[in-house]
Amino acid sequence: MKIAFTTKGTEWDSMMDPRLGRTEFILLYDEETSEFSHYDNRAIEHIAHGAGPKTVQKLFELNPDILITGNGPGGNAAAALRNAPIKIYIGAGEMTVKEALSAYKNGELMSF
Amino acid sequence: MADVVRKGRPNRKMKIAIASGKGGTGKTTLATNMTAYLAEEDEVVLVDLDVEEPNSGLFIKGELVHKEDKYKMIPEWEQDRCTPCGICQEVCNFHAIIQLSDQIMLFSELCHSCYACSELCPTSALPMIPQKMGEMKHYRNGNLSFVESRLDIGQEQAVPLIAQTKEYIDTHFSEKMIKFFDAPPGTSCPVIEVTKDVDFVILVTEPTPFGLHDLKLAVDTMRELNRNYGVVVNRHGIGNNDVLEYCQNENISVLAKIPNDRSIAELYSRGELVYQKIPAVKEHLIKIRDQILELKNGEAK
Repeated sequence: MKIAFTTKGTEWDSMMDPRLGRTEFILLYDEETSEFSHYDNRAIEHIAHGAGPKTVQKLFELNPDILITGNGPGGNAAAALRNAPIKIYIGAGEMTVKEALSAYKNGELMSF
Repeated sequence: MADVVRKGRPNRKMKIAIASGKGGTGKTTLATNMTAYLAEEDEVVLVDLDVEEPNSGLFIKGELVHKEDKYKMIPEWEQDRCTPCGICQEVCNFHAIIQLSDQIMLFSELCHSCYACSELCPTSALPMIPQKMGEMKHYRNGNLSFVESRLDIGQEQAVPLIAQTKEYIDTHFSEKMIKFFDAPPGTSCPVIEVTKDVDFVILVTEPTPFGLHDLKLAVDTMRELNRNYGVVVNRHGIGNNDVLEYCQNENISVLAKIPNDRSIAELYSRGELVYQKIPAVKEHLIKIRDQILELKNGEAK
Protein backbone atom coordinates (compact mmCIF):
# COMPACT_ATOMS: atom_id res chain seq x y z
CA MET A 1 0.00 0.00 0.00
CA LYS A 2 1.31 3.46 -1.00
CA ILE A 3 0.53 6.32 1.36
CA ALA A 4 0.92 10.00 0.41
CA PHE A 5 1.23 12.85 2.92
CA THR A 6 1.00 16.62 2.39
CA THR A 7 4.01 17.95 4.29
CA LYS A 8 6.25 20.90 5.02
CA GLY A 9 9.43 18.79 4.89
CA THR A 10 10.90 15.51 3.73
CA GLU A 11 11.51 13.64 7.02
CA TRP A 12 9.38 11.45 9.26
CA ASP A 13 9.60 14.21 11.86
CA SER A 14 8.60 16.96 9.42
CA MET A 15 5.35 18.75 10.06
CA MET A 16 2.35 17.96 7.93
CA ASP A 17 1.13 20.73 5.61
CA PRO A 18 -2.57 21.26 6.35
CA ARG A 19 -3.11 22.45 2.75
CA LEU A 20 -3.59 20.10 -0.16
CA GLY A 21 -3.40 22.27 -3.27
CA ARG A 22 -0.60 24.41 -1.91
CA THR A 23 1.25 21.78 0.07
CA GLU A 24 5.02 22.27 0.03
CA PHE A 25 5.86 18.58 -0.42
CA ILE A 26 4.12 15.33 -1.11
CA LEU A 27 5.76 12.51 0.84
CA LEU A 28 5.28 8.96 -0.37
CA TYR A 29 5.65 5.90 1.81
CA ASP A 30 5.43 2.43 0.34
CA GLU A 31 4.49 0.02 3.13
CA GLU A 32 5.61 -3.13 1.30
CA THR A 33 9.10 -1.95 0.45
CA SER A 34 9.41 0.64 3.27
CA GLU A 35 10.53 2.96 0.50
CA PHE A 36 10.30 6.64 1.32
CA SER A 37 10.31 9.35 -1.36
CA HIS A 38 9.09 12.88 -1.85
CA TYR A 39 7.92 15.31 -4.49
CA ASP A 40 8.82 19.00 -4.13
CA ASN A 41 5.64 21.00 -4.81
CA ARG A 42 6.96 24.40 -3.71
CA ALA A 43 6.70 25.93 -7.19
CA ILE A 44 2.95 26.08 -6.50
CA GLU A 45 3.54 29.10 -4.27
CA HIS A 46 3.96 31.30 -7.33
CA ILE A 47 0.76 30.41 -9.12
CA ALA A 48 -2.29 32.53 -8.39
CA HIS A 49 -5.07 30.13 -9.34
CA GLY A 50 -5.51 26.47 -10.05
CA ALA A 51 -3.26 25.10 -7.30
CA GLY A 52 -5.84 22.44 -6.44
CA PRO A 53 -6.14 20.89 -9.90
CA LYS A 54 -2.39 21.08 -10.46
CA THR A 55 -1.51 19.26 -7.26
CA VAL A 56 -4.21 16.67 -7.85
CA GLN A 57 -2.75 16.07 -11.30
CA LYS A 58 0.57 15.32 -9.60
CA LEU A 59 -1.09 13.07 -7.05
CA PHE A 60 -2.63 11.10 -9.89
CA GLU A 61 0.78 10.56 -11.41
CA LEU A 62 2.25 9.48 -8.06
CA ASN A 63 -0.70 7.12 -7.71
CA PRO A 64 -0.93 6.43 -3.96
CA ASP A 65 -3.69 4.29 -2.44
CA ILE A 66 -4.17 6.66 0.46
CA LEU A 67 -3.69 10.39 0.96
CA ILE A 68 -3.28 11.82 4.45
CA THR A 69 -3.70 15.58 4.70
CA GLY A 70 -4.99 18.36 6.96
CA ASN A 71 -7.82 20.65 5.99
CA GLY A 72 -9.00 18.54 3.12
CA PRO A 73 -9.29 19.48 -0.54
CA GLY A 74 -10.90 22.72 -1.69
CA GLY A 75 -13.65 22.85 -4.31
CA ASN A 76 -11.59 22.25 -7.45
CA ALA A 77 -9.29 19.66 -5.89
CA ALA A 78 -12.27 17.81 -4.43
CA ALA A 79 -13.97 17.75 -7.83
CA ALA A 80 -10.82 16.33 -9.40
CA LEU A 81 -10.27 13.79 -6.63
CA ARG A 82 -13.78 12.45 -7.06
CA ASN A 83 -12.43 10.61 -10.11
CA ALA A 84 -9.46 9.23 -8.21
CA PRO A 85 -9.11 5.80 -6.68
CA ILE A 86 -7.39 7.48 -3.72
CA LYS A 87 -8.80 7.26 -0.20
CA ILE A 88 -8.43 10.59 1.58
CA TYR A 89 -8.01 11.07 5.32
CA ILE A 90 -8.05 14.55 6.84
CA GLY A 91 -7.39 16.21 10.18
CA ALA A 92 -3.64 15.56 10.37
CA GLY A 93 -2.63 19.17 9.69
CA GLU A 94 -1.04 19.84 13.07
CA MET A 95 0.92 16.58 13.35
CA THR A 96 4.31 15.33 12.25
CA VAL A 97 4.34 12.79 9.45
CA LYS A 98 5.11 10.02 11.96
CA GLU A 99 2.20 11.07 14.17
CA ALA A 100 -0.09 11.31 11.17
CA LEU A 101 0.74 7.75 10.11
CA SER A 102 0.08 6.34 13.56
CA ALA A 103 -3.14 8.37 13.85
CA TYR A 104 -4.23 6.84 10.57
CA LYS A 105 -3.31 3.34 11.73
CA ASN A 106 -5.26 3.86 14.95
CA GLY A 107 -8.29 4.99 12.99
CA GLU A 108 -8.15 8.49 14.47
CA LEU A 109 -8.37 10.39 11.15
CA MET A 110 -11.57 11.28 9.41
CA SER A 111 -12.08 9.96 5.92
CA PHE A 112 -13.07 12.61 3.40
CA MET B 1 -14.94 79.02 -16.16
CA ALA B 2 -17.17 77.24 -18.64
CA ASP B 3 -15.40 79.08 -21.48
CA VAL B 4 -12.02 77.82 -20.39
CA VAL B 5 -13.34 74.30 -20.39
CA ARG B 6 -14.90 74.61 -23.81
CA LYS B 7 -11.62 75.81 -25.29
CA GLY B 8 -9.75 73.11 -23.50
CA ARG B 9 -12.09 70.32 -24.43
CA PRO B 10 -10.08 67.95 -26.55
CA ASN B 11 -11.58 66.98 -29.85
CA ARG B 12 -10.76 63.34 -29.40
CA LYS B 13 -11.69 60.54 -27.08
CA MET B 14 -11.45 61.26 -23.41
CA LYS B 15 -11.75 58.24 -21.21
CA ILE B 16 -11.63 58.69 -17.49
CA ALA B 17 -11.56 55.84 -15.01
CA ILE B 18 -12.65 56.25 -11.42
CA ALA B 19 -10.72 53.79 -9.31
CA SER B 20 -9.50 53.37 -5.76
CA GLY B 21 -7.41 51.03 -3.76
CA LYS B 22 -9.79 50.70 -0.87
CA GLY B 23 -13.44 49.86 -1.46
CA GLY B 24 -16.24 52.08 -0.25
CA THR B 25 -14.39 55.36 -0.68
CA GLY B 26 -16.93 56.94 -3.03
CA LYS B 27 -16.12 55.83 -6.58
CA THR B 28 -19.73 55.30 -7.53
CA THR B 29 -20.87 58.47 -5.79
CA LEU B 30 -18.31 60.46 -7.75
CA ALA B 31 -18.94 58.62 -11.03
CA THR B 32 -22.72 59.02 -10.95
CA ASN B 33 -22.73 62.62 -9.76
CA MET B 34 -19.99 63.70 -12.14
CA THR B 35 -21.60 62.13 -15.20
CA ALA B 36 -25.10 63.33 -14.33
CA TYR B 37 -23.73 66.81 -13.85
CA LEU B 38 -21.71 66.82 -17.10
CA ALA B 39 -24.73 65.45 -18.95
CA GLU B 40 -26.57 68.67 -18.20
CA GLU B 41 -24.46 70.15 -21.01
CA ASP B 42 -22.64 67.38 -22.83
CA GLU B 43 -23.10 63.91 -24.19
CA VAL B 44 -21.58 61.62 -21.58
CA VAL B 45 -21.25 57.86 -21.16
CA LEU B 46 -21.03 56.25 -17.76
CA VAL B 47 -19.88 52.64 -17.78
CA ASP B 48 -20.12 50.55 -14.64
CA LEU B 49 -17.27 48.08 -14.97
CA ASP B 50 -17.44 46.83 -11.42
CA VAL B 51 -19.03 43.77 -12.96
CA GLU B 52 -18.99 41.71 -9.79
CA GLU B 53 -21.25 44.18 -8.05
CA PRO B 54 -22.34 47.02 -10.33
CA ASN B 55 -24.26 49.65 -8.39
CA SER B 56 -24.16 52.87 -10.41
CA GLY B 57 -27.58 51.81 -11.69
CA LEU B 58 -29.02 52.52 -8.26
CA PHE B 59 -28.47 56.22 -8.92
CA ILE B 60 -28.88 56.50 -12.68
CA LYS B 61 -32.28 55.79 -14.14
CA GLY B 62 -32.97 55.64 -17.83
CA GLU B 63 -34.70 53.89 -20.65
CA LEU B 64 -33.27 50.49 -21.54
CA VAL B 65 -32.12 50.73 -25.16
CA HIS B 66 -30.11 47.54 -25.53
CA LYS B 67 -29.41 44.36 -23.63
CA GLU B 68 -27.22 41.42 -24.51
CA ASP B 69 -25.84 38.26 -22.99
CA LYS B 70 -22.06 38.07 -22.91
CA TYR B 71 -20.14 34.89 -23.57
CA LYS B 72 -16.62 33.67 -23.12
CA MET B 73 -15.07 30.80 -25.04
CA ILE B 74 -14.05 27.69 -23.16
CA PRO B 75 -12.90 24.28 -24.40
CA GLU B 76 -15.15 21.25 -24.36
CA TRP B 77 -13.63 17.79 -24.16
CA GLU B 78 -14.61 15.31 -26.84
CA GLN B 79 -13.60 12.00 -25.35
CA ASP B 80 -13.97 10.03 -28.60
CA ARG B 81 -11.24 12.04 -30.31
CA CYS B 82 -8.87 12.21 -27.30
CA THR B 83 -5.72 10.07 -27.48
CA PRO B 84 -4.97 11.15 -24.42
CA CYS B 85 -1.51 12.64 -24.92
CA GLY B 86 -1.50 15.21 -22.09
CA ILE B 87 -0.38 18.17 -24.20
CA CYS B 88 -3.44 20.20 -23.12
CA GLN B 89 -2.63 20.08 -19.44
CA GLU B 90 1.03 20.83 -20.11
CA VAL B 91 0.29 24.00 -22.07
CA CYS B 92 -2.43 25.38 -19.78
CA ASN B 93 -0.90 28.22 -17.76
CA PHE B 94 -3.92 28.41 -15.50
CA HIS B 95 -4.29 24.75 -14.52
CA ALA B 96 -7.80 24.86 -15.88
CA ILE B 97 -7.38 21.50 -17.57
CA ILE B 98 -5.92 18.36 -16.03
CA GLN B 99 -5.43 14.82 -17.14
CA LEU B 100 -6.36 12.07 -14.70
CA SER B 101 -5.17 8.85 -16.36
CA ASP B 102 -7.30 8.71 -19.54
CA GLN B 103 -9.80 11.33 -18.37
CA ILE B 104 -9.56 15.08 -19.05
CA MET B 105 -11.09 17.43 -16.49
CA LEU B 106 -11.91 21.06 -17.19
CA PHE B 107 -12.29 23.85 -14.67
CA SER B 108 -14.08 26.44 -16.77
CA GLU B 109 -13.91 29.11 -14.08
CA LEU B 110 -10.11 28.93 -14.20
CA CYS B 111 -10.00 29.10 -18.00
CA HIS B 112 -8.70 32.34 -19.51
CA SER B 113 -9.93 31.54 -23.04
CA CYS B 114 -6.38 31.54 -24.42
CA TYR B 115 -7.14 28.68 -26.85
CA ALA B 116 -3.75 27.02 -26.24
CA CYS B 117 -5.16 23.59 -25.36
CA SER B 118 -7.67 23.75 -28.18
CA GLU B 119 -5.19 24.87 -30.85
CA LEU B 120 -2.41 22.50 -29.79
CA CYS B 121 -4.55 19.39 -29.40
CA PRO B 122 -3.30 17.08 -32.17
CA THR B 123 -6.70 15.43 -32.60
CA SER B 124 -8.90 18.55 -32.18
CA ALA B 125 -10.55 17.00 -29.17
CA LEU B 126 -10.98 20.37 -27.42
CA PRO B 127 -13.20 22.61 -29.54
CA MET B 128 -13.95 26.03 -28.02
CA ILE B 129 -17.58 26.67 -27.23
CA PRO B 130 -19.31 29.79 -25.88
CA GLN B 131 -20.31 29.89 -22.22
CA LYS B 132 -22.54 32.66 -20.87
CA MET B 133 -20.68 34.74 -18.30
CA GLY B 134 -22.91 37.75 -17.80
CA GLU B 135 -25.19 40.40 -19.16
CA MET B 136 -24.69 43.93 -20.45
CA LYS B 137 -27.36 46.62 -20.37
CA HIS B 138 -27.39 49.99 -22.06
CA TYR B 139 -29.70 52.73 -20.78
CA ARG B 140 -30.26 56.26 -21.96
CA ASN B 141 -31.42 59.33 -20.06
CA GLY B 142 -31.15 62.53 -22.11
CA ASN B 143 -27.48 63.28 -22.73
CA LEU B 144 -26.38 60.51 -20.43
CA SER B 145 -25.82 57.00 -21.68
CA PHE B 146 -25.33 54.39 -19.01
CA VAL B 147 -23.89 50.95 -19.66
CA GLU B 148 -23.49 48.32 -17.00
CA SER B 149 -22.31 44.74 -17.09
CA ARG B 150 -23.04 42.14 -14.49
CA LEU B 151 -21.19 38.86 -14.07
CA ASP B 152 -23.35 35.76 -13.58
CA ILE B 153 -23.30 34.08 -10.20
CA GLY B 154 -20.53 31.50 -10.09
CA GLN B 155 -18.38 33.21 -12.71
CA GLU B 156 -14.99 34.07 -11.29
CA GLN B 157 -13.38 36.15 -13.99
CA ALA B 158 -14.28 39.77 -14.42
CA VAL B 159 -11.68 40.61 -17.07
CA PRO B 160 -13.33 39.07 -20.16
CA LEU B 161 -16.64 40.79 -19.41
CA ILE B 162 -14.90 44.12 -18.75
CA ALA B 163 -12.96 43.79 -22.02
CA GLN B 164 -16.09 43.01 -24.03
CA THR B 165 -17.99 45.90 -22.43
CA LYS B 166 -15.17 48.29 -23.33
CA GLU B 167 -15.29 46.99 -26.90
CA TYR B 168 -19.00 47.77 -27.00
CA ILE B 169 -18.29 51.30 -25.79
CA ASP B 170 -15.56 51.80 -28.41
CA THR B 171 -17.77 50.61 -31.25
CA HIS B 172 -21.03 52.28 -30.20
CA PHE B 173 -20.00 55.74 -29.01
CA SER B 174 -18.20 58.55 -30.76
CA GLU B 175 -14.55 59.12 -29.92
CA LYS B 176 -15.44 62.68 -29.05
CA MET B 177 -17.72 61.75 -26.20
CA ILE B 178 -16.58 61.89 -22.60
CA LYS B 179 -16.57 58.43 -21.08
CA PHE B 180 -16.37 57.58 -17.43
CA PHE B 181 -15.50 54.06 -16.27
CA ASP B 182 -16.52 53.14 -12.75
CA ALA B 183 -13.82 50.61 -11.81
CA PRO B 184 -13.87 47.89 -9.18
CA PRO B 185 -11.82 48.52 -6.02
CA GLY B 186 -8.38 47.03 -5.52
CA THR B 187 -5.41 46.77 -7.86
CA SER B 188 -5.84 43.34 -9.44
CA CYS B 189 -6.49 42.28 -13.04
CA PRO B 190 -10.01 43.78 -13.36
CA VAL B 191 -8.69 47.21 -12.33
CA ILE B 192 -5.80 46.91 -14.78
CA GLU B 193 -8.24 45.97 -17.54
CA VAL B 194 -10.36 49.07 -16.81
CA THR B 195 -7.52 51.56 -16.48
CA LYS B 196 -4.80 50.34 -18.86
CA ASP B 197 -5.79 52.54 -21.79
CA VAL B 198 -7.73 55.46 -20.30
CA ASP B 199 -6.60 59.06 -20.57
CA PHE B 200 -6.95 59.81 -16.88
CA VAL B 201 -7.56 57.95 -13.64
CA ILE B 202 -9.24 59.51 -10.63
CA LEU B 203 -8.19 57.66 -7.49
CA VAL B 204 -10.77 58.16 -4.77
CA THR B 205 -9.57 57.63 -1.24
CA GLU B 206 -10.45 58.47 2.33
CA PRO B 207 -8.03 60.08 4.80
CA THR B 208 -7.58 57.04 7.01
CA PRO B 209 -4.69 54.58 7.47
CA PHE B 210 -6.63 52.02 5.39
CA GLY B 211 -7.30 54.61 2.72
CA LEU B 212 -3.62 55.57 2.59
CA HIS B 213 -2.37 52.00 2.53
CA ASP B 214 -4.55 51.07 -0.44
CA LEU B 215 -3.98 54.41 -2.16
CA LYS B 216 -0.25 53.70 -2.24
CA LEU B 217 -0.93 50.37 -3.97
CA ALA B 218 -3.20 52.11 -6.46
CA VAL B 219 -0.60 54.82 -7.13
CA ASP B 220 2.10 52.19 -7.69
CA THR B 221 -0.21 50.46 -10.14
CA MET B 222 -0.94 53.65 -12.07
CA ARG B 223 2.77 54.48 -12.24
CA GLU B 224 3.49 51.00 -13.56
CA LEU B 225 0.78 51.48 -16.19
CA ASN B 226 2.13 54.96 -16.96
CA ARG B 227 -1.31 56.57 -16.54
CA ASN B 228 -2.17 60.17 -15.76
CA TYR B 229 -3.91 60.24 -12.43
CA GLY B 230 -5.01 62.45 -9.58
CA VAL B 231 -6.45 61.87 -6.14
CA VAL B 232 -9.83 62.83 -4.73
CA VAL B 233 -9.94 62.75 -0.95
CA ASN B 234 -13.48 61.90 0.09
CA ARG B 235 -14.86 62.29 3.61
CA HIS B 236 -12.20 64.89 4.30
CA GLY B 237 -12.12 65.71 8.00
CA ILE B 238 -12.15 62.15 9.34
CA GLY B 239 -8.97 60.21 10.09
CA ASN B 240 -5.71 62.10 9.80
CA ASN B 241 -3.55 64.16 7.48
CA ASP B 242 -1.32 61.38 6.20
CA VAL B 243 -2.99 60.99 2.82
CA LEU B 244 -2.50 64.67 2.00
CA GLU B 245 1.09 64.58 3.22
CA TYR B 246 1.76 61.50 1.12
CA CYS B 247 0.31 63.18 -1.98
CA GLN B 248 2.38 66.29 -1.35
CA ASN B 249 5.59 64.33 -0.84
CA GLU B 250 4.96 62.24 -3.94
CA ASN B 251 3.94 65.25 -5.99
CA ILE B 252 0.48 63.83 -6.73
CA SER B 253 -2.33 66.23 -7.65
CA VAL B 254 -5.14 66.33 -5.12
CA LEU B 255 -8.12 67.20 -7.30
CA ALA B 256 -10.58 67.78 -4.47
CA LYS B 257 -11.21 67.29 -0.79
CA ILE B 258 -14.87 66.46 -0.42
CA PRO B 259 -15.87 67.06 3.21
CA ASN B 260 -17.32 64.37 5.45
CA ASP B 261 -20.96 65.38 5.61
CA ARG B 262 -23.83 63.36 7.00
CA SER B 263 -26.29 64.86 4.55
CA ILE B 264 -24.23 63.45 1.64
CA ALA B 265 -24.48 59.99 3.18
CA GLU B 266 -28.22 60.40 3.70
CA LEU B 267 -28.84 61.35 0.07
CA TYR B 268 -26.63 58.51 -1.11
CA SER B 269 -28.44 55.97 1.02
CA ARG B 270 -31.73 57.06 -0.52
CA GLY B 271 -30.28 56.50 -4.00
CA GLU B 272 -30.28 60.20 -4.82
CA LEU B 273 -27.68 62.26 -6.62
CA VAL B 274 -25.86 64.52 -4.21
CA TYR B 275 -24.76 67.48 -6.32
CA GLN B 276 -28.32 68.57 -7.10
CA LYS B 277 -29.02 69.13 -3.40
CA ILE B 278 -25.63 70.17 -2.04
CA PRO B 279 -24.05 73.07 -3.96
CA ALA B 280 -20.62 72.50 -2.37
CA VAL B 281 -20.45 69.07 -4.00
CA LYS B 282 -21.22 70.59 -7.38
CA GLU B 283 -18.34 73.03 -6.86
CA HIS B 284 -16.04 70.10 -6.23
CA LEU B 285 -17.23 68.35 -9.39
CA ILE B 286 -16.49 71.44 -11.44
CA LYS B 287 -13.06 71.71 -9.85
CA ILE B 288 -12.26 68.08 -10.57
CA ARG B 289 -13.44 68.34 -14.18
CA ASP B 290 -11.43 71.48 -14.86
CA GLN B 291 -8.27 70.09 -13.34
CA ILE B 292 -8.49 66.87 -15.35
CA LEU B 293 -8.82 68.86 -18.56
CA GLU B 294 -5.96 71.09 -17.53
CA LEU B 295 -3.69 68.20 -16.60
CA LYS B 296 -4.56 66.43 -19.81
CA ASN B 297 -3.98 69.46 -21.97
CA GLY B 298 -0.71 70.09 -20.17
CA GLU B 299 0.37 66.57 -20.96
CA ALA B 300 -0.69 66.96 -24.60
CA LYS B 301 1.79 69.84 -25.05
